[in-house]
Amino acid sequence: MRILTGNDLVTGDVTWWTGSGWSRHVEDAADVGDQGEAIAQAEEGARRVNAPYVIDAAETADGPRPAHIKDRIRALGPTVRPDLTLKPADPNAGSWVI
Amino acid sequence: MYKYDEYDHSIVAARVEEFRDQVNRRLAGQITEDQFKPLRLMNGLYLQLHAYMLRVAVPYGTLDSRQMHMLAHIARKYDRGYGHFTTRQNIQYNWIKLADAPDILADLATVEMHAIQTSGNCIRNISSDQYAGAAADELTDPRPWAELLRQWSSFHPEFSYLPRKFKIAVIAADEDRAAMRLHDIGLQVVERGGQHGVAVYVGGGMGRTPMVAPLIKDFVPFEDFLSYMEACLRVYNRYGRRDNIYKARIKILVHEIGADKYRDEVEAEFAEVKKLDLDPPRAEFDRIAAYFAPPPYETGLSDAIDRGDPDFAVWLDQNVAAHKAPGYAIVNISLKPVGGIPGDASADQIDVMADLARDYSFDELRVTHAQNIVLPHVRKADLPAIWQKLADAGLAEANLDLISDIIACPGLDYCSLANARSIPVAQKIAQRFSDLGRQRELGELKLKISGCINACGHHHAGHIGILGVDRKGTENYQLLLGGSGAEDVSLGTITGPGFSEDGIVDAVEKATDVYLRERAEGERFLDTYRRVGMAPFKEAIYG
Ligand code: HEM
Ligand code: SF4
Repeated sequence: MRILTGNDLVTGDVTWWTGSGWSRHVEDAADVGDQGEAIAQAEEGARRVNAPYVIDAAETADGPRPAHIKDRIRALGPTVRPDLTLKPADPNAGSWVI
Repeated sequence: MYKYDEYDHSIVAARVEEFRDQVNRRLAGQITEDQFKPLRLMNGLYLQLHAYMLRVAVPYGTLDSRQMHMLAHIARKYDRGYGHFTTRQNIQYNWIKLADAPDILADLATVEMHAIQTSGNCIRNISSDQYAGAAADELTDPRPWAELLRQWSSFHPEFSYLPRKFKIAVIAADEDRAAMRLHDIGLQVVERGGQHGVAVYVGGGMGRTPMVAPLIKDFVPFEDFLSYMEACLRVYNRYGRRDNIYKARIKILVHEIGADKYRDEVEAEFAEVKKLDLDPPRAEFDRIAAYFAPPPYETGLSDAIDRGDPDFAVWLDQNVAAHKAPGYAIVNISLKPVGGIPGDASADQIDVMADLARDYSFDELRVTHAQNIVLPHVRKADLPAIWQKLADAGLAEANLDLISDIIACPGLDYCSLANARSIPVAQKIAQRFSDLGRQRELGELKLKISGCINACGHHHAGHIGILGVDRKGTENYQLLLGGSGAEDVSLGTITGPGFSEDGIVDAVEKATDVYLRERAEGERFLDTYRRVGMAPFKEAIYG
């Protein structure tokens, strides 16, 4: 599947396109098919996202999982600061990314 | 410490308000990201993996306690309670909100700090020896020279859009603690005929094409200093490769045309520049130098230190350096606890270090290019008390220049350009060698890690260097041996095929085993490598 991500313009938070808006949780990401670029342009124009881009992801039971490690780290947070990740203290956080 | 005059205050304040207006226009949709990006970068604001990142300049790495407390305040109020000290003696915050950035810059301005020229193709923050003004082995304090360069290069209209970024380091001792010859321009203050001037090295750098800067001029007297710098930059500005970002640094120009041709061009340009009469009078240098006058040292102090506590004694031997004044010493505070993140410090730790500077070090701190902090002027008699307070704050790791004193860039945990994570590799190596006795047995061993070819973690200059690469979507690590950023400067050589994260830790250990087996009396890892060459290391690592 293809999903759309970027950073929130004001906070800089990593966000994912849900089909109708933006979520900080990659589990909420929707398959954008071949519409990614168009959505990205419209949303960036509306200042709801900064520096959006489309990536490949795998569908899993737990939701979409970005294909590249860089975007998995973006989805979770720094692997070296589990206390600062989106799911603090999740013991599986590290293995999820790698 | 240098103090802003009215002019400095007003330009920094004006810059903050200008940026506030730019941010407001961006938030209101009056300008696009493409238009805004160069503006925010001029104020040190990047967009990284998880948020905006702000890089704050620490000119030549010198801070007072008020400034250090402000860095803690910013970490606490606007970030997530910590900051990352960098190899360019700056500090970066990883979790900044765009709307807060102008307020942060306004807060910084209250303590004479800013983020100007911490990004972009301009002359960046000038770096220097972290022991400046304190080192037993220095000719003079290099910081007045660095401050002169800072004033000359700040908002220099001709050099705001160079072909590429430009980094300058200034030292004044034969021991190079600032990786001087790996800068676009490296300067060493030297003496000739009773006068101080600079030896000028041009065209060093790391990145994808590492180069050691050749000597361009062995002595430029103070009277010609800025004119000569101006000429060096003008030649680069004119001939530097703007067509190809990978060939745009001055090191490529100097390499392509050769040091002799570059020198000739600079001399010709210098003859023109000199007519402009832009070199400041000696009185101006003296005015600046007065800000860096030695603190009022007490005299008659004893050099005796009570080595009673064995842990203290180890720290003393490892982390404390010789000071020029009798009865004083230089304290290195390691930001490399085993298992920690190299260069990171919590807001509370930053406050502790600020208080120690105020109470024991004439209110001064330094940031080092090895991502540690220095208290430059402490009485030897106070060392046990300082050590105790550092230990209470988790800051007394006795590992300066040992294998766990690792330089590591943020890597893929924070940086959007990264191929691989740097920090976890640093942590695993530090853990593997966590026994301090073992580390001390290995002696001086500078290990440096970068998460991509940009080399922010100085991997080319590590006795052992590690470079993160992307191998078909997985993290992979190349090993380099034999680099040095010190006065015995050299560039490391890649051992061969790369390794996984665990594999690289094993490979490092095997390299140290070869050293222990082969070393001659008094040799460091680097010396042994230079004597025996790559072959035995390769055999042990891949055999
Ligand atoms: C996380 C954001 C960062 C970004 C986007 C970034 C980007 C870059 C890039 C693109 C280069 C190569 C420049 C060139 O060769 O033309 C570079 C070089 C460098 N950076 Fe960074 N960097 C970052 C963080 C850091 C940090 C945290 C440090 C210090 C630990 C650092 C210190 C350096 C140094 C020392 C160099 C080598 C300078 C040279 O080539 O002469 N950077 N950086
Ligand atoms: S070396 Fe690469 S990964 Fe590391 S901070 Fe620099 S640009 Fe980022």
